[in-house]
Amino acid sequence: MDAILFFVFAVIAVACAANLVVQTHPIAGALSLIGVMGSLAVLYLLLGGEFIAAVQVIVYAGAIMVLFVFVIMLLNAGAERPVGRSVVARYLGVPVLVIFLGLLSYVIQSMLPASEAVRFGGFDGGAPAEVGRLLFTRYLLPFEVTSVLILVAILGAVVLGRKEL
Amino acid sequence: MDFITLSVVKAVILAAVLMTTLAYLQWVERKVIAHIQLRMGPSRVGPHGLLQPLADVIKLLTKEDLIPPHVNRFLYILAPFLAVTLALMSFAVVPFGPEIEIFGVRTPVQLTDLNIGLLFLLAISSVSVYGVALAGWASNSKYSLLGGLRSSAQMISYELPMAVALASALLLSNTLSLREIVDTQQGYYLGVIPKWNIFRLPFPQILSFVVFLICAFAETNRLPFDLPEAENELVAGFHTEYSSMKFAAFFMAEYANMITGCALATILFLGGWHPLWPAEWGAHLVPAAVFFLAGAIAFYHGAHPARPRDRRTLPIVAVVFWMLAVLFLLPEVRAALAPLFWFAAKTGLLLFCFIWVRGTLPRFRYDQLMRFTWKFLFPVAMANLMATGLVVALFPDVS
Repeated sequence: MDAILFFVFAVIAVACAANLVVQTHPIAGALSLIGVMGSLAVLYLLLGGEFIAAVQVIVYAGAIMVLFVFVIMLLNAGAERPVGRSVVARYLGVPVLVIFLGLLSYVIQSMLPASEAVRFGGFDGGAPAEVGRLLFTRYLLPFEVTSVLILVAILGAVVLGRKEL
Repeated sequence: MDFITLSVVKAVILAAVLMTTLAYLQWVERKVIAHIQLRMGPSRVGPHGLLQPLADVIKLLTKEDLIPPHVNRFLYILAPFLAVTLALMSFAVVPFGPEIEIFGVRTPVQLTDLNIGLLFLLAISSVSVYGVALAGWASNSKYSLLGGLRSSAQMISYELPMAVALASALLLSNTLSLREIVDTQQGYYLGVIPKWNIFRLPFPQILSFVVFLICAFAETNRLPFDLPEAENELVAGFHTEYSSMKFAAFFMAEYANMITGCALATILFLGGWHPLWPAEWGAHLVPAAVFFLAGAIAFYHGAHPARPRDRRTLPIVAVVFWMLAVLFLLPEVRAALAPLFWFAAKTGLLLFCFIWVRGTLPRFRYDQLMRFTWKFLFPVAMANLMATGLVVALFPDVS
């Protein structure tokens, strides 16, 4: 059951990611990205990280992507027209991509140490309490530094967005 | 019974009850609004218009399903499905009552108890923006687009204070599972005051309850926050271009979201299915008393009819209510149904408030709406969260 679900959602994630690249309309692209986020959340859930899964949906699919879609709708962005591609890209693009992906997977497989197969649901540190405790003890510094970074980014956006500098 | 069969049976029962409730909630709303405005409301189909929901469903099913030529077909069809699916999905984690035993099977009155139940609900509510936003965009009409934009901005904005208000209640309950949240609210202070989160020491959550309720109005796009469908400026907002069942899907989603919001307020702040006062003081007699009283009122109005046919219909209503009252006096039935009664009573009361507000308050202006949430609601919710956190940290043993 776990394996079937894994394959179903892995295929959906990859298909949505491919669709994101192929689509010409921004809204279709944004929706494909939401599909990727959603299937990733299911994969987290299969691994036992239920808090991460929920946060994945709330933050990425629910908040960030809604803003993306909102901005696309507000700007009324239309479909992009494909511009003339070079002859090399037209004939060599797909074969080169396949070779590159094959090489990449081969390198990753040969470089990673041999480990036992993933056990679905075998990880049990994904409850909200565990994640919270780690965030406020072991990973306190990175957590706080990230929040400062985000604050700086917001300030930058406000300064850049002002009408007169 | 194995897990899958049990789940299917429970899902079928839940779906049947839910669909009936959704249909009749609309009848209740039309009747209540009508009486607030000194009208009769639906009264033609069946006695007191009781068959009106059925007539509406038949009408909506048989209407021509028009797809305008200028829409983005895929998203136009996807949007109502998305809205209604997400709205109904959230009922999977709502606990309606404690564990009961029927025909030798012990099971909680809940489809599934997730240990991240509340986060699941938040995730669903944050994704359900897409139904409305995509409907507005895919319709390719200026009214729909404006409605969709307004709605998504409004839902994102009101989600913040709502989540913060929920977080302060969670500080008292210390769990994300909705069933456990209800379980922690069991018991009474001084034997009378229920230990619901709204009254809970060390820091009663009255403020966050009010904030949550206001946000629930905005999240469900209802008056006074129904700007996405403000009919005198946007025709019908995001569902202007929809007809037939797709139009009905948006309505179903709105009513389902309303019920989820009220059920969530009941679970988090009003103690779920725990009665208002202890059983020693006669809480177990309340359902029977309420139904008896309702029957008596109906009988009185049947004896002094405002319209000729009330003389025939209202006594029947009275007898039905009295039969329910007798049913709640039987100890075995009461044990199983009393928690459901309390849950339904609290949720129903909140739903009535939703309808009451719709009949009473005028619509906000859009800038007022946004200023209200960002400059007032969010700071209030945040201050409440900080105060709760401080008090809970200082007096961890008081509860």
